[in-house]
Amino acid sequence: MNTTTTTDRIDMADTTRDIWVFGDYRNYFQNRVTLQILARARDLASKTGGRVCAVVFGHKVDEYVAEYIAHGAEKVYTMDDPQLGSYSLETYSRLMARLVDKHRPATLLVGATRFGQEMAPRIAKKLKTGLTADCIDLEIDERGLLVQIAPSFGGNLIAKIVTPQARPQMATVRPGTFHEMPHDYDATGEVISEPLPKDLPKDKIRLISSELKPSEKQKIEDADIVICAGRGMGSKGKLKKLFDLAELMKAEVGATRPLVYAEWIAHEAMVGQAGKNIKPKVLFSFGISGAIQHTAALGDADFIVAINKNPNAAMMKMADVAIVADANQVCLGIIKAIKEKVRD
Amino acid sequence: MLNIIVCIKQVPMVSQLPWDSRTGTLKRELAQAMMDPASRRGLEAAIQIKEQQPARITAITMGPPMAEEILHQARALGADQGILLTDRKMAGADTFLTSLILARAIQQECRGFDLIICGAQTSDSETGQVGPQLAEELDIPAIGFVNHVAVKPTTIEVQRHVDDFSETLEMDLPGLVTVDLTAYKPRYLALAGVEQAFAPQGVNLPAISIVDASQLGFDGKFNALKDSPTRIIDVFSPAAQKETRVLKGSVKQVVDQLFDEYGKIIGGAMGKDLKTHDHDGVK
Ligand SMILES: Cc1cc2nc3c(=O)[nH]c(=O)nc-3n(C[C@H](O)[C@H](O)[C@H](O)COP(=O)(O)OP(=O)(O)OC[C@H]3O[C@@H](n4cnc5c(N)ncnc54)[C@H](O)[C@@H]3O)c2cc1C
Ligand SMILES: Cc1cc2nc3c(=O)[nH]c(=O)nc-3n(C[C@H](O)[C@H](O)[C@H](O)COP(=O)(O)OP(=O)(O)OC[C@H]3O[C@@H](n4cnc5c(N)ncnc54)[C@H](O)[C@@H]3O)c2cc1C
Repeated sequence: MNTTTTTDRIDMADTTRDIWVFGDYRNYFQNRVTLQILARARDLASKTGGRVCAVVFGHKVDEYVAEYIAHGAEKVYTMDDPQLGSYSLETYSRLMARLVDKHRPATLLVGATRFGQEMAPRIAKKLKTGLTADCIDLEIDERGLLVQIAPSFGGNLIAKIVTPQARPQMATVRPGTFHEMPHDYDATGEVISEPLPKDLPKDKIRLISSELKPSEKQKIEDADIVICAGRGMGSKGKLKKLFDLAELMKAEVGATRPLVYAEWIAHEAMVGQAGKNIKPKVLFSFGISGAIQHTAALGDADFIVAINKNPNAAMMKMADVAIVADANQVCLGIIKAIKEKVRD
Repeated sequence: MLNIIVCIKQVPMVSQLPWDSRTGTLKRELAQAMMDPASRRGLEAAIQIKEQQPARITAITMGPPMAEEILHQARALGADQGILLTDRKMAGADTFLTSLILARAIQQECRGFDLIICGAQTSDSETGQVGPQLAEELDIPAIGFVNHVAVKPTTIEVQRHVDDFSETLEMDLPGLVTVDLTAYKPRYLALAGVEQAFAPQGVNLPAISIVDASQLGFDGKFNALKDSPTRIIDVFSPAAQKETRVLKGSVKQVVDQLFDEYGKIIGGAMGKDLKTHDHDGVK
């Protein structure tokens, strides 16, 4: 609901209130981030007015168009042409800038996939507008401006950024930030097919080879999620379940020194003063007391979940979420929950 | 001879950020400065190219006067020349204006460049936007997140791993690359090297040039902070708001609570969408 008066609302005379979302469909993960952003765009549009539109470039993209409509797009602009068959940074950014010039959306959102992270800055530059990187939240303020919330300093600081004058307001959004809407088989949307411009310059970048290859195994220092085990896990055998959990979460497993010394786990896993420094986005700490020699290496973890029988353990005090329970049972409980919750 | 430009930025040392733990703010004036680790990898890429063929490396930075330090460091490591863009009017530039200022300087001071190398993402404001926007401003092609660069006469061939694709690409020169945060591990700089770079300028150590806004043709009204399309309206520390949430009860209860309240954060780190409520979706 919009309670502001029209006098303090910032509307540009020549822009619509539409919110555009770049349809990034190349692989499963990219498609998901697009659906997630569409859902948030609907929330934003309910406050500002205007429609939520997806923009899809490619060849034979009907299935994506249908998918985006089923997930919240009220309108889809497409350019469907054999020439657009494979992703091209140069061409796609050119086409998007031209479409924006023609239809004047208030906002353009792009998933922060690698492709999006390269394409969005180029589009923003062509359109002479601002861009906020890797947002973790988007809101609308009382003037109707898009408030773009993004982390910096490795997540140690959060900045709120607006683009007061230039249009469109542009942001890239981290995958996993928003929740997609359930697939609505009855949803309908308008599809506008745009002709491919004839004057596209030749690309200066040529793809020689491309192979779909899921990332190689990450190192614990670089992992987004680390699961750390302490003596409270009880035995070497029980540690196996933590590795199952790590596999499910694409996480890496770390450990305290006593576990390494007891040969429950390899030396590489030791986290702490005598071991490795980690900087995960999420850290799970199972059965760890929180000795300074261990916690000194956790300084940069964004979000800590500690599980310990003892609510007064130092590790529990520095956690965002402290679960007072048996470490092994919580591990099993989380495994079960994730298997149920991950959308296929 | 290959003409390489490396863009480097000076950033505060994050591991030693002087935090005011009560207000949760950064005492920036106390922060120690260093070369941005991503820029450092970009410089390393340039040095490795220069080890294989005749090349000239120009390191360029926009920042306060003290950013000159990282240009000396770059020269000690192998850059031939340094350019410092500094002016109070440049302060507060967002990526749109940072890339505009860098582009103007490159057009003016580095005519005939072949390759520009940037880091993928700095360790402070970490937008990763300056490289692509600099390329756009100069109307040259750019490839991000590269792991390896091989220089050919009029093109380069690069390798990278992005969005689960392992790619080999060819790009016409002049062009720009940003170096992935895991590639081109920087070499160790012996102290003697730094001292030599700071030594009085001799034949082997050409000058570091210092350029201000008017020299780049920006007029008197130019003000990067005001002219930037984006505006930062608030900066806060999430740590300052940290309060431990204690969960007690049966295992099922605590696990359910964990995902109901924090599923978004956990799912975000996993890159997966976790259903936070049992009742959505088909039962
Ligand atoms: C010079 C030096 C360097 C060191 N370097 C390191 C280092 O690099 N890394 C490192 O980790 N350590 C290091 N240490 C050791 C460090 O001081 C601690 O001894 C160690 O971190 C403790 O490991 P822990 O938390 O696993 O074990 P403990 O301190 O024994 O803690 C076990 C915890 O598990 C809880 N618990 C028990 N049972 C359960 C259960 N069923 N469910 C849930 N919770 C349970 C307990 O309440 C307790 O809090 C170093 C020590 C020295 C002196
Ligand atoms: C908390 C905070 C949040 C911010 N968020 C945004 C935002 O969302 N959008 C926005 O437009 N601006 C933003 N800014 C402004 C932004 O920090 C500046 O524009 C900055 O000059 C460049 O951005 P970066 O550090 O993110 O560079 P990145 O794009 O991450 O840098 C990548 C590479 O570009 C090169 N490079 C970057 N800066 C320089 C330089 N000064 N001199 C030489 N080479 C350089 C280096 O090779 C570097 O490795 C923010 C600033 C702060 C303090």
